Amino acid sequence: MRSMSVSHPTTHELLSQKGFRLKEWLIERMLVAAGITSIAIILLIFLFLFKEGVQFFKTASPFDLIGKTVFDPYEERHVFKMMWQAVSVLPKYSLIPLICGSLLVALPATIIAAVFGIGCAIYLSEMASAQLREFLKPTLELLAGIPSVVIGFFMLTLAASFFQGIFHTKFRLNAFVGAVGVAIATFPIIVTLVEDALRAVPRDLRDASYALGATKWQTIWDTVVPTAISGISAAMILGFGRALGETMIVVMATGKAPIVTGNIFSSVRTMTANIAAELGSVAQGSEHYYALFLVGSVLFTMTFVLNLTSEIILTKMRRKLRM
Amino acid sequence: MRTMSVLDMFEFKTDEETGTLPRKEARPKTPLSQIETHEGQPIKIMTRNLSVFYGINQALINVTMDIPQKAVTALIGPSGCGKSTFLRSLNRMNDSILGARTDGKVLIDGINIYAPGINVVALRRLAGMVFQKSNPFPKSIFDNVAYGPRLHGIQNASVLEELVEEALKKAALWEEVKDRLGRSALELSGGQQQRVCIARALAVNPEIVLMDEPASALDPISTAKIEELIHELKKNYTIVIVTHNMQQAARVSDFTGYFYLGSLVEFGTTKKIFTTPDKKETEDYITGRFG
Ligand SMILES: Nc1ncnc2c1ncn2[C@@H]1O[C@H](COP(=O)(O)OP(=O)(O)OP(=O)(O)O)[C@@H](O)[C@H]1O
Ligand SMILES: [Mg+2]
Repeated sequence: MRSMSVSHPTTHELLSQKGFRLKEWLIERMLVAAGITSIAIILLIFLFLFKEGVQFFKTASPFDLIGKTVFDPYEERHVFKMMWQAVSVLPKYSLIPLICGSLLVALPATIIAAVFGIGCAIYLSEMASAQLREFLKPTLELLAGIPSVVIGFFMLTLAASFFQGIFHTKFRLNAFVGAVGVAIATFPIIVTLVEDALRAVPRDLRDASYALGATKWQTIWDTVVPTAISGISAAMILGFGRALGETMIVVMATGKAPIVTGNIFSSVRTMTANIAAELGSVAQGSEHYYALFLVGSVLFTMTFVLNLTSEIILTKMRRKLRM
Repeated sequence: MRTMSVLDMFEFKTDEETGTLPRKEARPKTPLSQIETHEGQPIKIMTRNLSVFYGINQALINVTMDIPQKAVTALIGPSGCGKSTFLRSLNRMNDSILGARTDGKVLIDGINIYAPGINVVALRRLAGMVFQKSNPFPKSIFDNVAYGPRLHGIQNASVLEELVEEALKKAALWEEVKDRLGRSALELSGGQQQRVCIARALAVNPEIVLMDEPASALDPISTAKIEELIHELKKNYTIVIVTHNMQQAARVSDFTGYFYLGSLVEFGTTKKIFTTPDKKETEDYITGRFG
């Protein structure tokens, strides 16, 4: 009788059984914990940066982040200057030249990386044979694995002279040289993300296009790329975020002059290069120290917003393609 | 839009040099579609010993079939018997599948579409396709329907508008969408999406419409609409439709072909296939004793 009831539980017994499995419960909890931990770490970094950053305002005014009116001994009058000159009798902490420098490197870098990256991704996903892709993908990963100090070294020594020879620039190290280096570093990410976006375009959309008499190129330009456009934009935004955050290459290749300029062949200093160059030699708790944290907070906020935007676009795209 | 002539399929002047066709077939004095008849209907598409291989796996075995003009021909058979493969070989959609190979001939109005020198783009304008899963582009309704005409070089906005309206009317969708042509086609219901796909195929003025289970993912009301539409379309188009639904085949088609394991077992008028088929296998399948 007892064995009967074990092998044939009644409906009541079945439904009142506890669906409890320890292993699944543990794994689930661990995954949740990992997720929460990573969010907590991000939040902590965020808080730490801001907590240090705002202390800058104990001694300085928010307006100092834009610029300062100082006496210019050469022009013999007071002028408004947007300068970052932390080690000085009258320190100046304008963020404008740093943001300007960051944009002057990151924007061209993203454009260069996107032009080549999107082209390369289209080739990989739509045209290359399976064998060729097998060969090219690992090569790309190899490129992604080059330490940025190596790229920086290469830009600083060989590429900088090469570009100066072509463009006859005043400064050997400038935003353009940095941008090319940063483009090399961001290129593999953009290719990978764009290729993913292109491959996510369902086969039946391509079939529909071919069935209407489209050629391969027409199908790529009129169907595949427009369908993947959100993924492609997300890749570019993410690439831009990476380019903003890139440090070693810009420290080595951009020349470090903190000036406000729109000239891509001018020597510039990015937010990252500025922090890397100065934070090591600054007295903890000084105005300069807090100013650097403020720079960090700005950088963090910018990249965070970029990553978030890219993530939102991707989520929307997945929903749109019903994946 | 200029109507297509079959000769447009040729990039070269004749196919006599290519030696792929007997002279008689290539240059009929009277169009073939008027000579050859099947049960009194002119023939639009003829396949001769058509075989398709996917790698070493043969999906179609020597299929010889005459598909009548301006009629609905249904293809039935159990899953995996090669119906889709057959349909896709009629507008060379199998070309883009890696490792696919086609032997034999498919003649449309007497011209072998597998002969060298055939313009595949023109062929696909001549023989449009509607797929099992509705697959509108993630674009507006208008841009979906205008996709084909635009590909073929029509830029003029008013011409495009006219073509889109005409195609949507033919697909019995105009009344439902005329106020929201600019909205995304993905916002429509499944049945409406499938009719967008039909309109999209009709917008390039094909003579043949190939449909692969066009209603299999739809509810009964949408299905009825599509069937009604097919009935309407056969006045002007040669329609080949794959279906798993026996009743549907019986309702919409004039001719039926029964496929089994890559071979065409029997082909004839739908009436004959469904009442007095010649082959025992066909009868077993139709009556549901198998499959
Ligand atoms: N792209 C492909 N690559 C390799 N084999 C394929 C491919 N498409 C179809 N086949 C094979 O060819 C055979 C016929 O397939 P096909 O899709 O034509 O069948 P079907 O009659 O349309 O089936 P269903 O009713 O399930 O749609 C099957 O054995 C299938 O596995
Ligand atoms: Mg099929």
